[in-house]
Amino acid sequence: MHRIKCPFCGERDESEYIYQGDASVSHPPFDASIGDFYRYVYVRDNPKGWHREWWHHVGGCRMWVQVARNTLTHEIYATAPAGGVLDFPEDA
Amino acid sequence: MRTHKQPCRLDTGGSSIQRGKPLRFSFDGKSYTGFEGDTLASALLANGKHLVGRSFKYHRPRGILTASSEEPNALVELRKGAFREPNTRATTIELFEGLVAKSQNRFPSLAFDVLSVNQLFSRFMGAGFYYKTFMWPSSFWEPVYEKFIRRAAGLGRAATLPDPDRYEHAHHHCDVLVIGGGAAGLAAALSAGRSGARVILAEETPRLGGSLSRTDIIDGAPADEWVRNTRRALEALPETQIKTRFCVFGYYDNNIFAAIERVGDHLAATPKHLPRQRLHTIRARKVIFATGALERPVVFDNNDIPGVMLSSAVRCYVDRFAVAPGKSVAIATNNDDAYHTAFALLDAGINIPVLADARLAPSALSERARQLGIRVQHAMLPQCAHGSHRVTALSLQRTDGAFAERVRCDCIGVSGGYSPNVSLISQRGERPRWREDILAFVPETNKTEDIGCAGACHGVFDLNACLQDGFDMGERTAKELGFDVDTQTAPSAPSQEAGAIHPLWRCPGNGKAFVDFQNDVTADDIHLANREGYSSVEHLKRYTTLGMATDQGRTSNVNGLAILALAQGKSIPEVGTTRYRPPAVPVAIGAFAGHERGKNFQPVRRTAMHACHEKFGAVFVEAGQWMRPRYYPELGENMEAAIWREAKLVRENVGVCDVSTLGKIELFGEDAAEFLNRLYINGWSKLPVGKARYGLMLREDGAVFDDGTTSRLGNNHFLMTTTTANAAAVLAHMEKYAQTVWRDLDVHFCSATEQWCGVSVAGPLARETLKAVFKGAVDLSNEALPFMGVREFVWNGTTARIFRISFSGELAYEVNVPWGYGEAMWERIMDAGRAFNIIPYGTEALGVLRIEKGHVAGSELDGRTTATDMGLGSMLSSKKQFIGLPLSRREGMTSPKRPSLVGVKPVKPKQRLRGGAHFVTDIAKKGKIESLGWISSVADSPAVGCWIGLGYIQGGHTRIGEKVTAWYPMKNEMIEVEICDPVFVDPKGERLHG
Amino acid sequence: MRYSVFSLLSQGLRGNTGWKPAWRQPAPKNQYDIIIIGGGGHGLATAYYLAKLHKRASIAVLEKGWIGGGNVGRNTTIIRSNYMLPPNTHFYEHSLKLWEGLEQDLNFNAMVSQRGVLNLFHSDPQRDAFARRGNAMRLAGVDAELLDAKQVKQLIPVIDIDNARFPIEGGLFQPRGGTVRHDAVAWGYARGADALGVDIIQNCEVTGLDIEGGSVHGVHTTRGDIRAERVGIAVAGHTSVLAQMAGIELPVESHVLQAFVSEGIKPMLDTVVTFGAGHFYVSQSDKGGLVFGGDLDRYNSYAQRGNLPTAQNVLTEAVAVLPAVARLRLLRQWGGIMDMSYDGSPFICKTPVKGLYLNGGWCYGGFKATPASGWCFAHTIANDKAHDLNAHFTIDRFERGHVIDEKGAGPFPWAQ
Repeated sequence: MHRIKCPFCGERDESEYIYQGDASVSHPPFDASIGDFYRYVYVRDNPKGWHREWWHHVGGCRMWVQVARNTLTHEIYATAPAGGVLDFPEDA
Repeated sequence: MRTHKQPCRLDTGGSSIQRGKPLRFSFDGKSYTGFEGDTLASALLANGKHLVGRSFKYHRPRGILTASSEEPNALVELRKGAFREPNTRATTIELFEGLVAKSQNRFPSLAFDVLSVNQLFSRFMGAGFYYKTFMWPSSFWEPVYEKFIRRAAGLGRAATLPDPDRYEHAHHHCDVLVIGGGAAGLAAALSAGRSGARVILAEETPRLGGSLSRTDIIDGAPADEWVRNTRRALEALPETQIKTRFCVFGYYDNNIFAAIERVGDHLAATPKHLPRQRLHTIRARKVIFATGALERPVVFDNNDIPGVMLSSAVRCYVDRFAVAPGKSVAIATNNDDAYHTAFALLDAGINIPVLADARLAPSALSERARQLGIRVQHAMLPQCAHGSHRVTALSLQRTDGAFAERVRCDCIGVSGGYSPNVSLISQRGERPRWREDILAFVPETNKTEDIGCAGACHGVFDLNACLQDGFDMGERTAKELGFDVDTQTAPSAPSQEAGAIHPLWRCPGNGKAFVDFQNDVTADDIHLANREGYSSVEHLKRYTTLGMATDQGRTSNVNGLAILALAQGKSIPEVGTTRYRPPAVPVAIGAFAGHERGKNFQPVRRTAMHACHEKFGAVFVEAGQWMRPRYYPELGENMEAAIWREAKLVRENVGVCDVSTLGKIELFGEDAAEFLNRLYINGWSKLPVGKARYGLMLREDGAVFDDGTTSRLGNNHFLMTTTTANAAAVLAHMEKYAQTVWRDLDVHFCSATEQWCGVSVAGPLARETLKAVFKGAVDLSNEALPFMGVREFVWNGTTARIFRISFSGELAYEVNVPWGYGEAMWERIMDAGRAFNIIPYGTEALGVLRIEKGHVAGSELDGRTTATDMGLGSMLSSKKQFIGLPLSRREGMTSPKRPSLVGVKPVKPKQRLRGGAHFVTDIAKKGKIESLGWISSVADSPAVGCWIGLGYIQGGHTRIGEKVTAWYPMKNEMIEVEICDPVFVDPKGERLHG
Repeated sequence: MRYSVFSLLSQGLRGNTGWKPAWRQPAPKNQYDIIIIGGGGHGLATAYYLAKLHKRASIAVLEKGWIGGGNVGRNTTIIRSNYMLPPNTHFYEHSLKLWEGLEQDLNFNAMVSQRGVLNLFHSDPQRDAFARRGNAMRLAGVDAELLDAKQVKQLIPVIDIDNARFPIEGGLFQPRGGTVRHDAVAWGYARGADALGVDIIQNCEVTGLDIEGGSVHGVHTTRGDIRAERVGIAVAGHTSVLAQMAGIELPVESHVLQAFVSEGIKPMLDTVVTFGAGHFYVSQSDKGGLVFGGDLDRYNSYAQRGNLPTAQNVLTEAVAVLPAVARLRLLRQWGGIMDMSYDGSPFICKTPVKGLYLNGGWCYGGFKATPASGWCFAHTIANDKAHDLNAHFTIDRFERGHVIDEKGAGPFPWAQ
């Protein structure tokens, strides 16, 4: 199973987390258009390959963690806290 | 004790059996004797019993093919009653006293099976025949054809009672997981373990040593001795564990492995303190696969008659179990290994009428055999086995197909070569690689660093090479992990020249030559599938069911795809393999559930007042994982009567209800109010300290998410409540925004659901009751604590909170105390309330009261409704932005056609309403009737005097006064109803503000 | 070549050497009128109906692997039309009616077996929510019955009523629901389409779309470029990959769904059962194995494999519903790539690119939808306009706020 290194708690099983989806989309400012919010809430790249995503460590520190994970191989390259810099492999 | 003679047991030998411990067992109702250490298969063979099953489709007589868990034929029903286990391989069952087993898939008996008549129609029952027929007449499909197919399908019968055995879970972390306790695995565990690394050696069978045979020599001593010494050496290493009866079956991402340990299966009954099996999850930093190789059967006509066995199985039965699988054992092979079987048979004094070697040229091994008097025939292939319930002869042919001779025999040991056991390692997805020199697939390991292979499982077949390979792998792995390795020499064995292997996929013939024994897939079926265009290896599998039996193709895959390759004129690697999937061997489903069965399926959450409710005779209901009191029946009351009484008495006097399960979240920080502003549709900045407000929050898409009452306990301190069901989801939602979207806000919060328990005290006498409870600890006057007021106070030395909020529409208060004081609070309230005729009320009465007041609850929040749909559109603040606002403005979310909240009551007062009924008009209209909406909640209302309900209808409040039909087709009910205002009781709210 | 017991007998007597290939393996031509990308159930069904009902003569189905290698060969074989929201109810009921006539239509026995689908419920509110759905079905002319606990136990003797953590109150039953032999559906449609002249091209992966001036003109593949003025995308888990070739944004995520089968046993379960206190469904195939499925693993994945925690959860639910199952053995587990839309309902529609049509976003509904999906997609492509049955399944419904959210789960693909 996925072993995810929480930046605060260390490496943990995937079952300690709740997956929370694509982390590459940003909440628009409130005065943005319906179209902008539509894209934020609904539109996804859904890549077959490297993915920036959220895993919420509910079984531990309850922090939202960014994860660089490959959706084809399930390899995890790096993790980072929210607001931190998330590394990806060079060929990503 | 009375024992039976074992006619085929040899007088001496048998490294696995203990002759001093005879055991009695029964098979198909007949009694036999075996020894401690036998498997059911070896014990049956010792008693001369070869016919043990019937094949799936043709019901052909079948015998024991192997001595391992790959066994496709000898599947039995083990044990009885609730313990009955179908499809259990006789080759893996460890014999115990009193064992009871039955053969499967035959009627009325093994010897005489009515459905063996299928064999007469076999030419019409080839692969995929059922796709071409059973279509006419179409009315016959389900009641006739399918009934018959389903009854003929499957092999054994499952138990119908719940499984009485227990299963446990265990977890491990290790540095090196060595999978397989044969020569290579033992060597790897030794060298890795000596470095001090934490090593787990996992062996599927009860014994270590794998395919090491009686005559193998390691470090100058018999192999058995080396195994014993190695075991002792490993046991002496404090960080090394040896696990036997421990089958690693699943290989998941990140070197996570699942294994099943058979703890009690080999015992007559599992002791009470032990589980039957344990499911282990192993997190390994590195893994070494030493899973060995599996012998392939040879595909020739009638190769499935009882008595035809893998040559290595013959050897195993002779050497380890002292069983003579026949008096006259013919051998057919295309490689060297079968010669060792011949030598073992010779040593045991069993006649070998012929050893047919498909290879053209003699070798050193064949010369040695000849010198020992074994009749070796080169360039000779099996053509056809003869016999029905037992093999009686073997016809041989030359490589060109010309008949050579017919040899009398009662057992045939066949060897088609060895396939490395790649099924576990390939679960990760890399397809194995074909090696033409050994005619086998080996694992593809180039792409990953965390796995290694040792021994036969990646094509190293020579014993000395295996030992060296395993030893090196163990050392290398330990070094990679940073452990110091003391250089020792690997164990060694006399090297043997590797003999060649001759491709022998389908011996020439026109009869039934079986490739997948269990599913009755023949070589002809493969040609048929190819002819019909099912030519990819995956199509072949699915069309013919080759490889879909309980061995998942371990005895059939390579032969099958080789035959397909030949039919297509392609190479074997071009055809490729099908995908390997867990489990590598079938695993009892109960093992995955572990303890989480029956009432332990999920945890039970109880409030601090649970014992109080029990004392009052509450009937409980599951609310998610919580147990909540549903109603408190008095003597002689049924549920309806109790609910009606509770609801009535709350409005007349006072009632108390446990509301502890509601979600509670405490927020702190200078921006806490601003955070709430963005979460909820309504505003919070101006909420005074000491006041509460009802809040509604939306999802980002504009639909209603949750509601609750949030109180301001301080300038920078709020207490939020959520519904019971959404407590966790709301907390996660808040964490998302605070941590990832508005990181600059100074707000922090946490769940306080289980820190505070709460009751609602409601009714005209609620204030009087609580005055008597608190005795001045808090001022409950209307001025001091007005409607929606909140106070913290000290009560009997502990902090308490009181909220003047009302779900019921009566004068009501919610009181919170720290969780541990719940019982005490309840008792104080009941004591003081006695003077006011206080009653406890449960979730049902709570529901009646809130429906009477038109308050929405879970049934009204179906995940699609908007605030406006619910009649709460006026709460939407126009002065601020909040989550969900932008998308709530989408055309579809604001369409006037959307159903909106109304009340409903029956036109004829005695009629009952039901949740889930649909509002319709124009029933007489032909064709599809449109639903205008539905009833979401109903209550038998004491206050109104009839059934009432809440629901959604197109047009909403514009229909008030209109009569429509509430239709419940599934109960054939049509009730004329009147649409009305959802607030049925005290619409001006006078009771609330008193 | 017609399949029947007569052909079985006559071919059998001739040593079975006379059977013809079920479909040809033609090389792709340079040009077709219509290209369907995706040789799964939906793609093949679309091609079949285009040829049969719309009399199109120049059609190719391009499949990157072997036909039926995707979700049509991986699902848990359930068919039903027990949906609540009208666009879904009508669509899936149309599909069920097509299932009922399929074998006769295709002359291929897909073993359509309508032994009923039962959705268990465990509380009054859940019962009422299911009743809302069942009554909606009945209003639309679809069969639905409400059973109490006693009736459930009669229907399924091995179910756990007494010792359950969440006692069963009853179930919503659709008698006409059931199971189908999934591989046979792909093969049956392939054979039928092929017989009507459709070229089924396997091992042909589309690597790009030729779009110019806002219209599609063909595809680039690993076996060359092929021209066509109408192209339909029916690739399930790879929907985003194909859509991005056309620059189309979609509310879709690809997730892994695991499925499981036990060893084959004699009949013990006649009906399809779904659990109400968890996400779990089980049926017994005609080969005897119990087939289970449950929740997604929840993370985006194209790997077609899931992990142990989800497998454990699903199997734990199996034991909760059918305690006797504990002693049966799991034979195999596998995974597919589910194209999860953001409201749980599919797309069968035109796209902003002229001549390019989209079929995807099927979530858990794909297999049972196969006939109606092909039927509607064929209509849409042939007429350049949706049929009433798929008129609501558009891409723009999300931006317009007309989502079709059966579960009310909101914009979370893993919750659909």
